[in-house]
Amino acid sequence: MDLRMSDEQNLIIDQIRRFVREEIVPLEAHLDPDASELPQEDHARLVAMVKAMGFYGLDIPAEFGGPGIDLVTRTLIAVEMSQHRAGLYAPCYGVFGAVGLAQLYEANEDQKQRYLAPMLRGEKRGFFGLTEPSGGSDPARAIQTTAVRDGKDWVINGSKTFISNADKADFGIIFARTDASKGRGGITCFIVDTDMPGFYVRRIIHTLRSGHCPVEMQFENLRVPHENVLGEVNKGFAIANDRLSRQRIPYAAGCIGVAVKAQEMAIEYSKIRHTFGAPLATRQAVQWMIVDNEIDIRTSLWLTLAAAEKAERGEPFRTEAAMAKLVASEASGRVVDRAMQIHGGNGVAKDLPLERWFREIRIRRVGEGPSEIQRLIMARDLIGGSYH
Amino acid sequence: MGIRLEKPWIDLNEAAVRNLPGQLGVYQLAEPNGTIFYIGYAGGRTLFGLRSELERWLKDRSGNPARFRYEINMQYISRHQELLMLHVADFGALPLANNDVDPQKLGRLHPG
Repeated sequence: MDLRMSDEQNLIIDQIRRFVREEIVPLEAHLDPDASELPQEDHARLVAMVKAMGFYGLDIPAEFGGPGIDLVTRTLIAVEMSQHRAGLYAPCYGVFGAVGLAQLYEANEDQKQRYLAPMLRGEKRGFFGLTEPSGGSDPARAIQTTAVRDGKDWVINGSKTFISNADKADFGIIFARTDASKGRGGITCFIVDTDMPGFYVRRIIHTLRSGHCPVEMQFENLRVPHENVLGEVNKGFAIANDRLSRQRIPYAAGCIGVAVKAQEMAIEYSKIRHTFGAPLATRQAVQWMIVDNEIDIRTSLWLTLAAAEKAERGEPFRTEAAMAKLVASEASGRVVDRAMQIHGGNGVAKDLPLERWFREIRIRRVGEGPSEIQRLIMARDLIGGSYH
Repeated sequence: MGIRLEKPWIDLNEAAVRNLPGQLGVYQLAEPNGTIFYIGYAGGRTLFGLRSELERWLKDRSGNPARFRYEINMQYISRHQELLMLHVADFGALPLANNDVDPQKLGRLHPG
């Protein structure tokens, strides 16, 4: 087992790190501290740079025109890309290309032509609609939105909540119950156009992320043609579940990047800030906080890379992804908290990015499955399967 | 919680602005006939929050602002987006002076 980065990985990471520090961070000095978007001209300029670097569309599979980066390298890149003020939820402000809807790679040819191709060209935007007011952690039971077959169409009624980008999207994929008697085996995934009659965005849900607008949606007799069923009828749960496991690895990596940057700031500040005639860095209380930060960062990093490596090998990685997500989201929260403490009053002011990270990192313990669900997943695998 | 801004209107003058809080938040400006012509926010870069923003409008009288109302809100960006989307839902267009907003980037809302 070789834990060193390859020469190629070192080159890529160095390039991304310089890009973040030289192109992204300076722009943030002029943006609102809670901004999640760049001015159009800066965005276009940086997208052109990323394309020239060969990294545009990082998450697009090579057969669809992406750069074909393996998951371990992608994880290392994600750690670098989040090392700026908006980096946790808007890494590099999206100039490396939008994540898109990975489920569409499994769509049929007609659906790929109508939705995937324009999404990859940047002509259409999509959203992922799973969570409902009745819950998001247990979609098999919580989904109350119904879809009833009517001739060549399905008629959908219900609501979704905490859905990102649905107010701006051209289409989305949503999950609805098509057989009430079958639990997880009665859920179907549909592609819906947002201009269809019966599709409503009712309100924005204001959260700790000021620059982000998740919404609540309502479907009233939303009529969707049968050809918009993604995958097979009553087999939508697998589509939702596959996405949730895979998404946890870059999600963990983003947390680690912010923790690394907070730790870098804490170390720097502890050397220049004096109290009672000596730098903070000479105080044992501060030294221990910095050491505890590093333990949290390295533990998170190794677990996340291990999950990525196992997924890359094509082996089952559900437990590893859950562990990485759980540890990285909780440990990074502790790191940001300690870094704030070391910075004192400056740590809680909007002048520094720590207060934004402090608010946003708290969401990471809830988003993409809360810590308790990650423990549940791991317990099922450890107790329900064969250990070792 | 209602999503519309339902705070009382205040006449835009030096005394009213001087008494504004230095906190962050959102605001609306209206013409003498009550038409909302700008929706803005006081973000983390403003020196004195809402007071600085309204002072700016007091000096720059373009658009003939007569009244304003405000809401202290730390979620000022998402709240600003919401108020803009509501205005488009209600009136079919952005307020006249909101040429600082790209309508293509604004989401759609159907408040019901």
